[in-house]
Amino acid sequence: MNTIVQPMPRSVGRQIGRTALDWFPALAVFAIGIGAWQGLVTAFHVQEFLLPRPTSIAHAFWMQKSALWSEGIYTFKEALGGYALGSGLGIAVALVFAAWRPLAGAFMPYAVAANAIPIIAFAPIMNNWFGLLNPFSKMAIAAVLCFFPVMINTLRGLTSVHPSSIELMQSYAAGRLSLFRRVRIPNSLPYMFTGLKVATVLSMIGAIVGEYFGGPIHALGVKILNDSSYGNFTDAWAGIVMASLLGIVFYAVVALAERLTTSWHPSARAFQTE
Amino acid sequence: MSAVSLKGVTKQFSAGVVALDGIDLDVEPGEFVSLIGPSGYGKSTLLRIIGDLTKPTAGTAQVNGKPADRARRDHEYGIVFQDAVLYDWRTVAKNISLPLELLRWSRGRRNARVKDMLELVELTGFEGHHPWQLSGGMQQRVSIARALSFSPTLLLMDEPFGALDEMTRERLNSELLRIWQETSSTVVFVTHSIPEAVFLSTRVVVMSARPGRVAGVVDVDLPQPRTSTTREEPRFFELVTQVREQLAAAGAPLGETQEPALVEEPL
Amino acid sequence: MPRAAARVLLLPIGLAALWGFWEGYRWLGIREHWTWPFTVNDTNMPHLSTIWHAFGQPLQPDGPPLRHYLWHYSLFTGKEALAGFALGAMIGFLLAVVLAHSTVLRRGFLPYIVVSQTVPILAIAPMVVVGLGTKGVKPWVAVAVIAAYLTFFPVAINTLRGLHSPDPRSLELMRSYAAGRWKILWRLRVPASLPYVFSALKISATASVIGAIIGETPASLQGGLGYAIVNFNQYYSTQPANLWATIVACALLGITFFLAVVLLERLVLKRAPENIA
Repeated sequence: MNTIVQPMPRSVGRQIGRTALDWFPALAVFAIGIGAWQGLVTAFHVQEFLLPRPTSIAHAFWMQKSALWSEGIYTFKEALGGYALGSGLGIAVALVFAAWRPLAGAFMPYAVAANAIPIIAFAPIMNNWFGLLNPFSKMAIAAVLCFFPVMINTLRGLTSVHPSSIELMQSYAAGRLSLFRRVRIPNSLPYMFTGLKVATVLSMIGAIVGEYFGGPIHALGVKILNDSSYGNFTDAWAGIVMASLLGIVFYAVVALAERLTTSWHPSARAFQTE
Repeated sequence: MSAVSLKGVTKQFSAGVVALDGIDLDVEPGEFVSLIGPSGYGKSTLLRIIGDLTKPTAGTAQVNGKPADRARRDHEYGIVFQDAVLYDWRTVAKNISLPLELLRWSRGRRNARVKDMLELVELTGFEGHHPWQLSGGMQQRVSIARALSFSPTLLLMDEPFGALDEMTRERLNSELLRIWQETSSTVVFVTHSIPEAVFLSTRVVVMSARPGRVAGVVDVDLPQPRTSTTREEPRFFELVTQVREQLAAAGAPLGETQEPALVEEPL
Repeated sequence: MPRAAARVLLLPIGLAALWGFWEGYRWLGIREHWTWPFTVNDTNMPHLSTIWHAFGQPLQPDGPPLRHYLWHYSLFTGKEALAGFALGAMIGFLLAVVLAHSTVLRRGFLPYIVVSQTVPILAIAPMVVVGLGTKGVKPWVAVAVIAAYLTFFPVAINTLRGLHSPDPRSLELMRSYAAGRWKILWRLRVPASLPYVFSALKISATASVIGAIIGETPASLQGGLGYAIVNFNQYYSTQPANLWATIVACALLGITFFLAVVLLERLVLKRAPENIA
């Protein structure tokens, strides 16, 4: 039987090679960028306190690495707690909205409007409610920031099901619960992960900026703020590097989870051909 | 007892469009009946009324002597759409076993049946593949395997080969006939292709559109089993001409266009 | 149209429900001395009516009422946000246009655009403000730069996706007309990308307001909502209603920006925008 079958996934070696080639331009830009930064700052004798050299920042980072690490982890825990809370709630609400569509139609415009409110402005209130030193005050901010993107994306995934698919399940006299379990939920995974990836970034920002309005001294956001206020910009930049690294790792972990659970999705395959 | 019994089936959509007007049709067990007609909302809607995926505004539809909704709940039929509607996150084997899972078959029984089905559609060896790794024709074969997995006596097919090229289409036509005979099922088949309708069916029902009515019936007396040589026989051409003339009389324009899918929002 | 009518009705009902929930929680919490998740008392949860009245109270004896201050603060912050929004949107759009046409550049820069959002720009805010200040740049411009930074990412990412959205057949059609890259860009890619762009602009509208508010706080820019938050936060224990009133003002500013973009979308795209962001 002469049939056309698409090739099975490439061998691991070739995949790695291909990926390395994909990343080369990015690495090149990084190298050039850092080099230019270093060069220009030195050449123009830019004052250290305004824009430190990459080498100074690297040095400061290295010198304070253990302190930065513990401060970073403290803040990361706030972000993580808020992430879990906000994303969990977002997924739950999306499930409810998908099950009862009229509810979704009624509430959606208000949810969208609520998302237009600068949540960060609530940070001082959270501090007053839960206490400046209580990590929950920052978790609350992070949670609220994560809720909407996760909810919206998950809902979109739960409801964008091919009508024929619904008819198919109807032909099996399958109940709504079955439809949810076997069709809507698996279908929603790629969309949900889009939201979850965005939420990683938002949760970190929420935690750090929340600390900005006050927090314990051993938190990363507070440290960065204090360093900035006293003009120790080199140390502040080191703190920012730490924050960025944690954010990137967080994002990467979620992206990895996405790859593992949704390898069947077209977008995972399309990436190879892009 | 007829496999499918339609009496006075009428379907009017809220926009005032009368898709079907007083359809009377009986399909005997073991028949292969094609519904052919010009574009409109008729044929697919009729198929969906038989499958209780939409309700008629008037008239009754019975499957195997039961009302259509009972028949659906009793899993009396399998359905194949133009789009294979396979789930990307399931392997071929798991796609086929989907209805069996819903029927709460035990794992052993499911696996055995999936194996049989793959043999039936000649896809043994592809259990672990994912839908995107298969060609369009293969995907449709999986869809057919799934539809027959729980051995329904009735198979409803809505232009299943419409998206495939002519050669694949002809080959799948032969395979479908073989499967039909091996499973002794009844098939109601919607199509736009006159040669396909004549080649496959024991009876071709020609429908007019707007409103949809039965314009004529052509009994296809070609001998079974039908092979590719059947298409070259003079009698085949006579029957094709007969169907074409009936279609023209029913007001079909020359050349078909894609029938739009009108799906009312279920659930 | 019953659905639109239902939505309009839902607004006062929703507000009433919110009021009821707030006052109910407050009443119950004070009566039952709830301390979890937070202590319920007059300071933590003032009456909504108290907050409402605070708008009309003068801050200083014989001075103008609070709402007068909040109005000017909102304008001040709004100006920064708008400038940042416009700047960020332009940069994001242009960047996307450039990257859409060069795979190498895209592979080179896209990761950094993504990474740039993990950098807590708001913590760099004081450095930006001070640094630009020594070069003679007014503080509000620095804040606008921060707002622009938060805006450009969603716009760049979404525009890029939108520019690549036309299906290959449309592109082939254009090429069959011997249309060059420029023409394809302006006649096909850009119009196709507009829904995506607006989707991003809706996100950016909020982001630029947030950026402006937060950007003001480190420099303690007198005259903006960020300053007001910091200020009223200090006096929270004596005058909680003022901080709440300021938050209401922030919310109104954010929602106004958002609705403005929605209106613009409706005009440009001539169809009802998706409810979803």
